[in-house]
Amino acid sequence: MPQISPATPAITSPETASRPLAVEMIDIVKRFPGVVANDGITLQVYQGEIHALLGENGAGKSTLMNILFGLHHPDEGEIRINGSPVHFAGPRAAVEAGLGMVHQHFMLIPRFTVTENVILGTEGASVMLDRDAAAKRVAEIANAYGLNVDPLARVADIPVGLQQRVEILRALYQGSRILILDEPTALLTPQEVEDLYGILQRLRDGGTTVIFITHKLREIAAISDRVTVIRRGKTIGTVNTAESTGDQLAEMMVGREVQLRVERPPAHPGETIVELQNVVVTGGHGQKTLDVASLNLRRGEILGVCGVEGNGQTELIEVLSGLRTPESGEVRVKGTNISGGDATAFREAGVSYIPEDRHNRGLVLDFPLWENVLLGNTQRGSFARNGFVRQGRIRALTRSLMARFDVRAPSDTTPARSLSGGNQQKLIIARELERDPDVLLAIQPTRGLDVGAIEFVHRQIVEARDQHKAVLVLSFDLDEVMDLSDRIAVLYQGQIVGVFDGDKVSRTELGLFMGGRSRDEQRTDTTHA
Amino acid sequence: MSSELTQRTRKALTSALASVIAIVLALIVGGIVMRLAGNNAIDAYRALFNGAFEDKRAIGETTVYSAPLILGGLAFAIASRAGMFNIGIEGQLVMGGFASALLGAWDLGLPSALYLPLCLIAAAVAGGIWGLIPGILRAKTGAHEVISTIMLNYIAFRIITYLVQKQSSWLPVDPERQATNRIVDAAKLPRLLDGTRMHAGIIVAIAAAVILWIVLYKTTFGFRVRTVGLSQGAASYGGIKWGATIMIAMAISGALAGLAGAGEALGLNYRHTTVPPGYGYTAIAVGLVGQNNPLGVILSGFLFGILSAGAPNMQSEAGVSKEIISVLQGLIILAIAAVAVFDHLPALRRRAASAAGTKPRTDSAAA
Repeated sequence: MPQISPATPAITSPETASRPLAVEMIDIVKRFPGVVANDGITLQVYQGEIHALLGENGAGKSTLMNILFGLHHPDEGEIRINGSPVHFAGPRAAVEAGLGMVHQHFMLIPRFTVTENVILGTEGASVMLDRDAAAKRVAEIANAYGLNVDPLARVADIPVGLQQRVEILRALYQGSRILILDEPTALLTPQEVEDLYGILQRLRDGGTTVIFITHKLREIAAISDRVTVIRRGKTIGTVNTAESTGDQLAEMMVGREVQLRVERPPAHPGETIVELQNVVVTGGHGQKTLDVASLNLRRGEILGVCGVEGNGQTELIEVLSGLRTPESGEVRVKGTNISGGDATAFREAGVSYIPEDRHNRGLVLDFPLWENVLLGNTQRGSFARNGFVRQGRIRALTRSLMARFDVRAPSDTTPARSLSGGNQQKLIIARELERDPDVLLAIQPTRGLDVGAIEFVHRQIVEARDQHKAVLVLSFDLDEVMDLSDRIAVLYQGQIVGVFDGDKVSRTELGLFMGGRSRDEQRTDTTHA
Repeated sequence: MSSELTQRTRKALTSALASVIAIVLALIVGGIVMRLAGNNAIDAYRALFNGAFEDKRAIGETTVYSAPLILGGLAFAIASRAGMFNIGIEGQLVMGGFASALLGAWDLGLPSALYLPLCLIAAAVAGGIWGLIPGILRAKTGAHEVISTIMLNYIAFRIITYLVQKQSSWLPVDPERQATNRIVDAAKLPRLLDGTRMHAGIIVAIAAAVILWIVLYKTTFGFRVRTVGLSQGAASYGGIKWGATIMIAMAISGALAGLAGAGEALGLNYRHTTVPPGYGYTAIAVGLVGQNNPLGVILSGFLFGILSAGAPNMQSEAGVSKEIISVLQGLIILAIAAVAVFDHLPALRRRAASAAGTKPRTDSAAA
């Protein structure tokens, strides 16, 4: 992740000291069976500021915001809105007090129009709906904040970034003056993120208080005025964004000094080991979901693949790992076309694969760790002989892998389910690297992991490269791709629309290609060249 | 690093405990039902126990009932481990019984050491084919095994009825009796205890359970079956072919059910009759109570065997209709399901908490 420099001049930190408080949450405690999600958290948000709530997964951010919005009731503590104490029986009461919340997963009805979705729940007691008046009011609010949504469009027909605006519109329509956003950038393209920043700034300038939950440091620098850091259910501190650095915030979030930037010495690429040629995968309706003219993986190099979700990533990985046979084209590994082989054939050709879905693909959660190490290895003599599993050997291997890769678990017979996400991922990486592969596919390798585990995973990936393996990293986190990759390929609508030098390309440039905006320009470039 | 008890043993013990709790609960509720009907539950259970254990004959009867239930329970267990719900055990069982009885009645003039294994193999093959068919249908066309196995039950019953009713058939059948001809002595499963009906089917059953346990937990095939049953995503990731695995598992399931039928034909009745034995349905309960673990199935097979063997005595001695046994079996299954819920309760609560945390209900958010 990039260093956080003082906020850009355009976003000046408002004079907050003299302002009244919009939200006060004092010593909030919330216990769930077996866990204390909030352990005496205090949060103070001034009126008209953008306040970031920063913390790792499971730190208690969402719980705190759900308490604020009346979805949970605190076991202890006090909440004040604009100075007066409140006890919300439910979200309806919170809305009446001027709060609005945009959840990570949108709560929209796809078949309804934007207006219908916005007025849902506030349509009033009258039997007849005055749609025209409602649409007019929605358009007014949209224009006031630059939300630019067609009030009559069906939600199903508009992109995710606009759907989020519908959520914001709904909150504003309901009269919210305090807007809570839960990880609002998770599903957006870089351009949509920029647009969202603009909207939030306009809202703030119009006097709305914005609280947004995040674990991404760069978002904090880009947009927030102040930031409160939460770790393991406790408030670590609140700082002015302009006076803090990324390293400081990361340390507050994790509780120790962390290496934010991946140590990545220059690559020494060797020969090409994986070649895709004219690979086409066709979807259910006959459309091409993947159409890769050419893509190469070289030894000693990390190739990053970025793109907005749903642009052929799944298909590309399935083709590269043998889970799917493309309709046409060649997948050559070390010169041999093994397209059409299954996962075993690809493994035997030297391709290891860290899958995107730990729970449903990479692991059998109910199996003990040692049986998870056996997964994908049953063909190997050191794992099974004459059809019988060599349990003693595998268990010993599992224990040594656990030590080497720092997998924290009581024993090799512990079910994978009871491990934390980071330890589960470490076990998968251990298993996949134990095979000493020539090619490593790392798909969203740090999804849902905390900063410490991310650091470990990134180090393993770079180490694999330095051991002269070819590495492919596919991630929806553009920062991760940019940090790790020696070369970056952009997927858009199933095609590789550009391949860039990882150390030279800019975020903006990648973002444009991810949005497909410069595809035509690129085409003309190639025809001229 | 190594703990005294491995997690798997610990888990097996926990599920065994769950089964015991369920059985005790069912017996209590069954007792209440009897009390409400005006019977003395204690007397009834004592009579039930006596009927299953009081003498050599009673113990023999218990094994006679237990043998097909254990084999049927194993059939259910292997299918379940592969993620398949085989409720066609009854059909596979009668196909196996019929095939073994036909072969045994043919009088091939072989010595018992050859003839008996041959008949058992015939039963396993016939039952195996009957299990494989729904396996193929599921793997190749997606037709759900719950539907196809029920349908195949009826087809099996009717085919056998049709074949045994045929006058002057080339098959060794007896249309008067609605059965096959009597099998020759060389094809019989030997009786184990004089003065009882205890036959070697119980040995076949226990041996099958031990072998199945080894297959499931010690071989790569068993690993593949369990992987497929728990996670299709992980299976395909691990290069395990789902279709092939469920087909083989269903064939093994059917073969075990076929052996259960062979035990009835070769060990007890010495012919196959068209009277449906009904073990195929109780076998589902046996598998569930045994937590689909082959060794657990031995115990639960005996439990259900005891209930069945003791029922007549309960009726004659305590005057409680033996239908109450069906009620008890139903209650046990219900209690198993209920105990399983308690078992998962912490996980369910966690899930509910996190669901409330991340995805509140739409109506409340829109309110």
